[in-house]
Parts: sequence; C-alpha cells; structure tokens
Amino acid sequence: MELQLLGIGILTWIVFIPIVGMIIVLLIPDSRQDAIRWTALAVTGMQLMLAGLILRNFDRSMLGINESGSFQFVEHFNWITVDALPWIGKVEITYFLGIDGLSVLMVILTALISFVGVISSWKIGKMVKGYFALYLLLVTGMMGVFVSLDFFLFFIFWEIILLPMYFLIGIWGGPRREYAAIKFFLYTFIGSILMMLVMIALYFSIAYTDPVTGELVHTFNLLHMMNPDNLVEGSILAGINTTWRYIAWIALFVNFAIKIPLFPFHTWLPDAHVEAPTAISVILAGVLLKLGAYGLLRISFPIFPDATVYFAYMMAVLGMISIIYGAFCAMAQTDFKKLIAYSSVSHMGIVVLGIASLTTQGMVGGVFQMFNHGIITAVLFLVVGVLYDRTHKRGLTDFGGMATVMPRYTGVAIIGMFAALGLPGLNGFVSELFSFLGAFSAFRWIAIISVTGIIITAAYILWTVQRVFLGKSPEQYKNLPDLSAREMVSFAPLIMLIIMLGIYPGPTIKLMNASVSHLVDLINIGGF
Amino acid sequence: MELQLYIQLALITLALPFAGFLILIFTGKRLPRNGDWLATGLISLAFLLSLFILIAKLVWHHNETITSSLNWITLNDLMGPSSIEFGITVDNLSAILLVVVTMISMLVHFFSIGYMKGDIRYSRYFACLGLFSFSMLGIVLTNNLLLMYIFWELVGISSYLLIGHWYEKKTATNAASKAFVVNRVGDAGMFVGIMILFTSFSTFTFETIFDAISNGELPFESTGWLTAAGILIFCGAIGKSAQFPLHVWLPDAMEGPTPVSALIHAATMVAAGVYLVARVFPLLTADALLVIAYIGAVTSVIAATIAATQMDIKKVLAYSTISQLGFMIMALGVGAYAAGFMHLVTHAAFKAGLFLAAGSIIFAMHKALHKTNDHHTDAQDIRNMGGLKRKMPVTYWTFLIFTLAISGIPFTSGFLSKDEILAGTLAFGIMSGHYLLPVAAFLVAGLTAFYMFRALILTFHGEHANATRLEGVEESPKVMIIPLIILASLSVYIFYSFNPFGAASGWIFQAIERPLSIVPVAMQPISNLLFHNVVSMVHSIAMGLSILFAFSGIIFALLVYKWKKIDADRLANSMGMLYKGAFHKWYFDKVYYKVFVDGILGFVKGLHKFDDKVIDGFVNSTAGVAIHLSNISKWIDEHIVNELVTLTAWIAGYAGEQLGRLQTGKVQTYLAFMVFGFIVLFILFI
Repeated sequence: MELQLLGIGILTWIVFIPIVGMIIVLLIPDSRQDAIRWTALAVTGMQLMLAGLILRNFDRSMLGINESGSFQFVEHFNWITVDALPWIGKVEITYFLGIDGLSVLMVILTALISFVGVISSWKIGKMVKGYFALYLLLVTGMMGVFVSLDFFLFFIFWEIILLPMYFLIGIWGGPRREYAAIKFFLYTFIGSILMMLVMIALYFSIAYTDPVTGELVHTFNLLHMMNPDNLVEGSILAGINTTWRYIAWIALFVNFAIKIPLFPFHTWLPDAHVEAPTAISVILAGVLLKLGAYGLLRISFPIFPDATVYFAYMMAVLGMISIIYGAFCAMAQTDFKKLIAYSSVSHMGIVVLGIASLTTQGMVGGVFQMFNHGIITAVLFLVVGVLYDRTHKRGLTDFGGMATVMPRYTGVAIIGMFAALGLPGLNGFVSELFSFLGAFSAFRWIAIISVTGIIITAAYILWTVQRVFLGKSPEQYKNLPDLSAREMVSFAPLIMLIIMLGIYPGPTIKLMNASVSHLVDLINIGGF
Repeated sequence: MELQLYIQLALITLALPFAGFLILIFTGKRLPRNGDWLATGLISLAFLLSLFILIAKLVWHHNETITSSLNWITLNDLMGPSSIEFGITVDNLSAILLVVVTMISMLVHFFSIGYMKGDIRYSRYFACLGLFSFSMLGIVLTNNLLLMYIFWELVGISSYLLIGHWYEKKTATNAASKAFVVNRVGDAGMFVGIMILFTSFSTFTFETIFDAISNGELPFESTGWLTAAGILIFCGAIGKSAQFPLHVWLPDAMEGPTPVSALIHAATMVAAGVYLVARVFPLLTADALLVIAYIGAVTSVIAATIAATQMDIKKVLAYSTISQLGFMIMALGVGAYAAGFMHLVTHAAFKAGLFLAAGSIIFAMHKALHKTNDHHTDAQDIRNMGGLKRKMPVTYWTFLIFTLAISGIPFTSGFLSKDEILAGTLAFGIMSGHYLLPVAAFLVAGLTAFYMFRALILTFHGEHANATRLEGVEESPKVMIIPLIILASLSVYIFYSFNPFGAASGWIFQAIERPLSIVPVAMQPISNLLFHNVVSMVHSIAMGLSILFAFSGIIFALLVYKWKKIDADRLANSMGMLYKGAFHKWYFDKVYYKVFVDGILGFVKGLHKFDDKVIDGFVNSTAGVAIHLSNISKWIDEHIVNELVTLTAWIAGYAGEQLGRLQTGKVQTYLAFMVFGFIVLFILFI
C-alpha cells in the first residue's frame, strides 16, 4: 500500500508537517498571537486528517513486524551510505518509514492528542510563539518514532522529543518546573544512552548480503536486525541466549521502562506532570508514555525474542508491582494531578502485564490499553486543567460539590473517571479484560494478584469523585462557570471514543490483531 | 409463536428502559413533568412485554431454551480465530425474572412519582432508574459470563448513582462508595473465576462451558480448580447479594431514596447473586455447594440477630433482606434449587412491599414533622413512631400482609417458598450430617417472625411518641398506596400455587427444575431424585416445625412489645453480650473500618513516603553523587590536569629557553649541527 500527496509519501507528510508549521509559526510576528495559535491548530488538524486517511487506507490483514513486504505506506531511501570501509564493509543508514498493526493506532493517537493539546493550550499567554514552535517540534518527534523502521532514525526522533519537552516543562511549568524538567531530561537521557549503546552493538553485529553486489552491508534497518540469519559470526550479539544478548535486552528495557514508566523507574513522572502545563501533561500521558511500551514491542521483542522469553516473568512481575503500587500511591495523594500521574503508573502496568504474557490476547490487550490509556488519561488531565484554570488550585480537599456547580463538566469527568476505573461499556474495560486474560494464561498467580488492583483503583477513583464532585461546594466556588465551547470541543472526541470503543471494540482490535499474532508467532519461533 | 420472536421481544424489553435513560439524562429537565411519565410509560410497556413473553413461553414452549447470540469481538491467535459472543437466553428462569424485575420496577416508578415529588434531581432520578432496569434485565437475559459481568458492574454503578442521589450528604456519598468498593471485592473474585473458565474453555458462554465440562474437560486438569472456579464466581454473589463477609454495604445503602431501596436493595439487584448461582449451578461441585450453603446459613443467622435489635425501620428491613438472601443462597447450596428461586420471586414482592410501605411511613412522618417544625427527630426511628395504624390504614394492612408473608404464615406466598427451603435444608442435613444448616434455618425462621412483628407493633400499635405530631400524620397519596395494594395481593399464595400447603404443584415448581450437575461424578452433589425423595419424606415435619417456629416468634414479639408481659430492656440486659453484639452489628463495620479503611490509608501514606524518600530519594541521590563526582573532577581538573598543563607549558618554555641558546644566528654553527645530525641519522638507519 502506497499513498502519496504531491509525490511525497503520506508518512513523510504526517511526520514533517508540524515542522513546516513550526517554521511558519516562527515567521509570524510575536504580537499576532492568535495567528500563531490558529496555525498550530490548522497544522495539527491537517495531521489528524492525514491520520484519518491512513486509517481509511490501512489494510488490516497485513502482518508487518519483520516482513518489509507487508508494511504499509512504506518509504525507503538511502540516506547515508559509506562505501567499502576497511573491515566494516558498507555502512548504511536509511530513511525507512512504514506502519503496521502495532503502530497504526499510535499514529492516530498521536495525531488526535496533539490536536486536542493545541485546543487546550489556547490560554497559554507566555511566549506564545516559542511555546507553539516547540510544541510542533515535539509532535514531529513523537510521530517520527512511531513510523520509523530504521533504528538510527528511530533514535533521532526519540532524542528530538527530549529537547522541546525539556523547555516546555522548564519554561511554561509550575513552581518547581526547573527541577522537574532537569529530572525528566536526565532520567530519559540516561535511558537514551543505554539504547544508543545497544544500537551500536546491534549495528556491528548485524550485516546482510547485498543481493546485487554481494557485499556485506552493515545496517540500522530494524527489519534486518530481526532476522537471526543476519547476525555476524563472532560478533558481540551473535548466538542465542548469550549473556551479551541478555545485557543488551536489559539495557533496552531500562530505557523503555523509564518511559513507560515502570516501577521502580517511575518517580520522574509525578514531578513532571505536576509541573507541566495542562496540554503538556496531556501529551506526556497521552503519547509519550506509550513510546516505552511501543519500543519494547517494536525493538526488544522481535530483535531479542530469546531474551524476551527469558525475562518475560520479570516483566510481568514488574507490571504487577506497578499496577498495585501505582494504585496505592495514587490513593495517598492529596494533589489531583499527582493522583492521576500515579494512576498512569498503575494503568501502564496493565500494558506491561499484558504484553509480558507473550500471548495474542495479552498483547492485543496491552496495545489496546496503550491507546485507551492515552485517551482516558488525556481526559483526566484536561479535567484537572479545567479546575486549575478557574481556581488555581489542585488539592483534592479544596473542592466539593462540583456536580451542582458545573454539571456538564462533572458529566465529562465522571465518564473519564469511570473509564479509568474499568467500567464495562467504556473502553478501559475491554483492554484490561484482554490484558488480564492473556496474563492469566501465562502467569496464573501474577494475574490473580494483579486483579486486586481493580479494587484499589475503584477505591481511589470513587474517593476522588466523592471529594471533588460530590458533597457541598465551598462558598467561593459556588459560581464557577461550566465548560466553555472551546473546552467542550477538546473533550468531545475523546469522550466519544471512550464510549464507542467500549461498546464496539471489534474493528479497532482487528486493526492490530494480525500484526500482534505475527509478533507472538515470531517470538515463539525465535525464543523457545 | 416463532422462537425468534421471543428473542426480539426480549431485546425490545431490554431496550425500553435504556431508551428512557438516554432521553431523560439528556433532555429530562426540558420535558414536561421532567419526563417521569416517559420513564414510567416505557417500563410499563416493558412489563407488558415481559408478561406476554412469560405466558407465551409457559403455554407454548414450556421446556425450550431459546438462545441467540452475535459476535462481539473476533480475535485471531495462533490457534485460529476465537470469537467472543454476546447473546441472550429466554428460558423459564429468565422469563420469570423478566416479569419480576419489570413489575417491581414499574410499581417503584409509580410510587416514586409521589415519593420523589419536588426533588431537586427528579429527572436524573428517573434516568438512573431506567439505567438500573436496563442493566438488571441484562443480567437476567444474558447467556454468558462476560456479559453477566458487564451488566453486573452496570447495576453496581446505577446502584452507586442512586445511593448517592442526595450527594450533598456525606453519609450518602460514603455509602455509595462503600457499596461499590465492597462489591468490587466480590467482583474481583468473580473475574478470576471467569478467567479460569475462559482460559480453559476459550468461551464465556454458559452452555459451551457446561458441554466442555460434561465431556470430561477440567480447568488445568484438576477438580480443585473447578471447585475454585465455582467458589470464585460465587464471590460475585457474595458481594452483590450482601452475603457474609461482604454484607456490610447493604445497610448503609439505605441512605438512598426509599423506593430505590425497595427496587435495588431488596427485590432485584441483591437477588442477582442468587440468580448467578442458579445460572452456574451445573458446574458447582459438591464442595463448592457446601461452601455456598454455609455462607448462606451464617449470613442469615447473623443478619436476623442484628435485625432484631435495630431501631431504624429501614435498617431492620435491610438486615432482614440480608437474612432472606442468605436463606435463598443456602437453599441453592443444599440443592433446593426451585425452592430457592421461588423464594427469590416471592421475596421480591413482599420485601419490595415492605420497603415501599416503610417509604410511605417515612413520607408521612416527614410531613408530620415538617408541620410541627421539628427538624431533629429521626423520621425513620421506630421509637418515634407507634399508633400509626389509625392514621394510615392502607399502609398498615398491607404492611401486615407483607409481615405475615415474610414470617411464613400459611396462605401467604412466603409460607410456600420458605417451607420448601426448610424441608430441603432438613433433608440435606439428614442426608449429609450437616445438622447445623437446618438448625440455623429454623432459628432464622423464628427470628424473622419475631423481628418483623416487633417492627410492626412498634410502628403501628401502641401510643405515638408525640400526640400533636400524630395528628399531622396522614395516609400517602394514591399513586403510592396502589402499588402497595398490588404487592400485598401478590403476597397471597394463590398466585404461586393453588394448593396453599404445597408449592410443588404450583407453576413455578413445574417450570423450574434443578439442572443436572455436569461435574465429574465423584464431585457431584446429592442427586436430584434422592434429594426429592427425602424432601417429600420430611416435608410434613418441616412444615409443622416451620409453622411452630413462626408462631412462637410472633407470640414472643406480642408478649414483649404488645402485651408488655416481658420488659424489652430487661430482656436485652439478660441476653448480655449476645444482645450487645447484635446491637453493634457484631462489630463488622468497626473492625472493617479499622482494618481496611484506616489500615490501608495508613499503609498508603507509608508507601507514599517510601516512594518519595527511598525510590525517588535514590534517584535524587544519584544526582547528588553525580554532582559530587563532578566536584571531584573539577578539583582534579583544577589541581592536577591544569597543573599538568601548566607544567607542560613550563617544560616547553624551559626547553625553548634552553634550545634557544642553540640559536646563535651564525650560519656555520647551523651547518655544523646539520652535518652532525645527518651523521647521527646515518648511523641509526644504516
């Protein structure tokens, strides 16, 4: 499947259109703030339309993962080629984009959340130009990660994300923004270094024979890396179940676990969330956290199936701990935003538990949970943002009785809260169901212990609802205005998805089903 | 009648209240009368349809099970496609409950028009009633465990919304959250049970699971896991039907409006647990059933003793409900399947009636208190009542009929079903040697009669606490008392069996038969045939005892509260610890609160500290270490590296100075050096 606009592939469009937007934003004079906002909105809107186009033309039966022939919207060009170096052979870095069932949902999620994020950034008044320029750069980075099939490219996009995120938290954040921004930057940067080391090791260990010239070519192409036949005899990562392969897997895992974030690598998240402005929290929870789990599925699992099987149990245990630990920590919070940050740790634990099962059900559940969590948490951070905008308070005990004061807002918030609680009929339930079912068939007791997480989740969510929305409202907040039209617009698509995917998740599951089962198959062949 | 028509009619029945919910939640406030007529009309229509389904089913397709399902999700895994189906089943069990649910719901809708008049969230109230009715009908109609679980949670959430209807009150929101969270504990168990069955049989559908087990397939090849699956699924029932040890949420749920208590927390939702056990009955092993029977027995004794000591009329009824649910659960556990189910049906009518009657009393008390400008007296405390008989005759007479029915007095519906349960329990006790079960059952029968008559006498007889207030009491409006009259008439035996002393010949026993157990033979409960034989042998004994215990309970209540031959306080004192324990609800709430609420809150605070100080502390201290390292390297840089550089520069300078001496400026000296150099090189390399 190929799709081109003006002779340029659609994936290039969707990745780089925000960069174009960024340049336009930079050219607009500072004083014309509305023009800057509308440009950003238009650009992310176009991106969303492109995502829709991709979804429309996406073939659900194609497998992807390690077969270059069954990726869709592929763009593959040589980018950097160095010929015939002594004892290395030919060096190749390619511009290789394409999507399959693992990434298609993430592309849609990124486009949607970025669009919603612009709407909820409307009230940003400080250095508008810089904010939106960085914002659009961030969007390019995120989108790029999800469509790259070349490790080098993947790495570049991965690093591009860091920079704008650092400034967006560090400049537009709350009182402790600098601490949070530096912590975020350093933490993820350490992970990146580990990933870079593995990338280089893989690069030297992988070489394929050029079908035309017969030369041995070293490459960053992820699909070549997934083929065990390409392992160079005697290289560091050659063989199966070797210590170096385990070390490489662990290094990658730490990088991805930081992003997810998995216990015990999660502490940057509450700080970053609490300090970040609403829209950046939405992006952070909605998209950025998915990069970690996506990296595991796209890189760790297919390249190191042996180590993946070896460490699956450990992953499941960490997932379980995250589920329960995150939920308990959420219960202890007095800050609404921090509570949701910890609930993210808990819900992303379900993703890890699901994919660690290495079964189709669990992985479908995990990937679907990534998408659903993105939507649900975006709603929850927007919900906090609405209150914060009006009162500049976020304490759970500062409010009460919002149901009477702002009924429409409460309706939206309750749907988001109940989706996070896993109420059937809303999307969170379906993905949790599959994650748990998959986990149960692989690790019975871990799944059983993890299920207690749904009780704790119910407790802290309902307690939050009770403290913020029910009861009597404080005198000074009796007249808070209900949701504005702009706010309704930012909530509407997310709420609709929450309900739609909860009632009829079939088509969405089909989107990823083929690729996920193929991945499971690949791990079964390579790992056991 | 076409079989498919049943499915279509059932689906319409299901859809009607949901449509009501959607319309009311979005447009309720703009509709005339806030849309109460719409909700009530839709549920009445649903009732008529259900009635038609039941009659047609019993007349034309008595023994058939009609099922239809459609695919919800298809998942392709390595084994090939597996699909998750959603479907509904119309059999006698579901058809009967369909009528019970829609009828009680309809009557409660009518009652609410009077009771909730002028409420601030009138349309939201009716919308939630619609959501509840929809979810409850879903539970009744489903043919698989997953859909059961889904609707299970949805009734939970509608119950949450309705308990918290007056959410300005802290007690109401506490009760709502408590109800949901306690239920979640049971649901988590149920979820694990469902996972066991799905992982083993790749399906959620009851029939397919039963077929697989009867073909000898077992979860993880072990009967232990089969028993575990049964007990875990029963955990769902423990939560929803408020069984020991999760019964604590139901009394608190009385914070909701009284008609809600009647519909959800007495007649229908709490009975869903009983229905769940009835649905999965074939896969329950003898061990699982024994656990179920004992849980039911313990629950019913605990709750009955508490009910005998409470002063809040709704609390009395709430504990009574828990006790009666325990009775039904125990009945299913011992194998008295049809009896347990029948008690669900009869109890639905008379307990809903009791709650609505209580609602009528509270409504009248509120008005009377309002007239006397009294805002402190509790309108629900039976000590503040008394003598209401004269002022509220219809409420009194219907309350009396409900009380007779729940006490198990002949010619009432309650007698029929309770008598069958007692006979079944007695038979099981004799056959299995578990004599505690029948002992508990008869004890509860006596206690029930006692505490219900206690409530009746204290409320309606004797003197009212305040004469001027009594003058202000008046009978409730027609829209409220007509439902009472209907429910009272449904508490008479004739609707269930033409023989007032035998339910076995009635239509329910004809329609409902205990399904065959499909578990491996060694794990099966006592066979149906044997059970029936023993039951018919002990039936007359059980009936005699049943009547004896009921009347003793009543006479005792009359002695204490009506004729005052025994002083209530002295009786209480003479019971000592027993009374104190029951009065304090056997300390369940206190202990749970200490352990689970305080305990967990303390624990999470500690955990949060741990997260902050230890885990994050580690992260921050790495940063600290890095800063120290950089300080060290700064020192090295300044003192060693820099010194080295200086040293190098000094050496270079010194060398330059020394070498500079060689530069004499004389060409011949340079020439000499050059020649000398050449010679050195020549010697070295040649």
